[in-house]
Amino acid sequence: MVDTRWETKTARTLVLDVPEWPGHLPGQHVDIRLTAEDGYSAQRSYSIASAWPSDGGGTVELTVQRLEDGEVSPYLTDVVEKGDQLELRGPVGGWFVWREKQPAPVLLVAGGSGVVPLMAMIRARGLARGRQPFRLIYSVRTPEDACYADELRRRVRDDPGLDVHFVYTRKAPDGWPAPPKRIDVAVLNTHGWPPDFQPDCFVCGPTSFVETAADILVALGHDAKKIRTERFGGA
Amino acid sequence: MGIISRGFGGRRRESSPDLPPGQYLTHDFPVLSAGPTPRIPLDRWQFSIITETGEKHTWNWDEFTALPADEFTVDIHCVTKWSKLGTTWKGVSLDTLMADVESAADYAMAHSFGGYTTNVPVEDLLDGKAWVAYEFDGEPLHPEHGGPARLLIPHLYFWKSAKWVNGLRMMPEDEPGFWEAAGYHMYGDPWSEQRYHGD
Repeated sequence: MVDTRWETKTARTLVLDVPEWPGHLPGQHVDIRLTAEDGYSAQRSYSIASAWPSDGGGTVELTVQRLEDGEVSPYLTDVVEKGDQLELRGPVGGWFVWREKQPAPVLLVAGGSGVVPLMAMIRARGLARGRQPFRLIYSVRTPEDACYADELRRRVRDDPGLDVHFVYTRKAPDGWPAPPKRIDVAVLNTHGWPPDFQPDCFVCGPTSFVETAADILVALGHDAKKIRTERFGGA
Repeated sequence: MGIISRGFGGRRRESSPDLPPGQYLTHDFPVLSAGPTPRIPLDRWQFSIITETGEKHTWNWDEFTALPADEFTVDIHCVTKWSKLGTTWKGVSLDTLMADVESAADYAMAHSFGGYTTNVPVEDLLDGKAWVAYEFDGEPLHPEHGGPARLLIPHLYFWKSAKWVNGLRMMPEDEPGFWEAAGYHMYGDPWSEQRYHGD
């Protein structure tokens, strides 16, 4: 690990310099295996947050959300330090990925830390100077829980092809026009793309969030085959 | 081999000899699917087996649920690392469904409502190793978990247990299904940790 930074109070980005990394597509993940001194080991999957090649060169970035009852994530957020080595396998996954040659507009729907693989897609589009318009609908509990907030603000300012809409479920910022609420038909209808545009939809987050958002997209008339989902299940 | 993670190992999860390598125990029932959950009305549900010669055997919901069913308790292992032990199901054994099917094929492609596919050797479907299950824990199988009916092949990683299954196509040669074409293992034995291509 060559660098690290906190995205929120509970989500930390790990910047990894991976020897012989073959490159990856945005949306792919890696498996991390931790091994204790007595040989006990545990592995979990983490989405890649960065595009390839990354802005700063050949690094791979993961953003890890600390789960309070977790076994691996608290180690990655609170214990591992710059200079430590991690055992990593990947990139993995060939379905929940965005490819820059896909011409369709893109709708990204993120619940909480489900934003991570979608951020990789936004960054990859930026890197490739993609002309496909992107919209991100990002559901967070409070403004403080939003990852990448400054970077998203900057990208939206500099890039007319990118829109970001936040949904706040517990506490909205001062002056926000709507009370806190969960993602619903009105949000996806207003801030998504019309189904006629045949957008590629990527939905990522906890199971209940993904079920709700994907069901709404189908009900609004989006083709189920154009909706790719990734659910963060288990602990 | 492997890198020792300094200071790791303080908050271990419970372990069990029934847990394959690299898996952890969970007591809830996570959901993993590649797209939205399809809702299939029972009057439109059917299950077919198509042989390599094109012969087709089909059951509608009433015919299918009138078949002799097993109640069974098995462990399930998801490639995303969770395992759930002692899950109770009700379903029709593939031995029953295949009893009148004339086929010499060594492989089958399971097909689902919504377009999902997964490949399985026929010998892994027979001899009491696989079912088309329609109840979980005494209740009708919820759509999120693959209802009205899903394939259940508990000795392989759970992606082989196709949700919303609607048929099997018998194949003389092995071909990759949906996840197998996206980098996952063709067979998927959790005890050999066959997660991805090359394992």
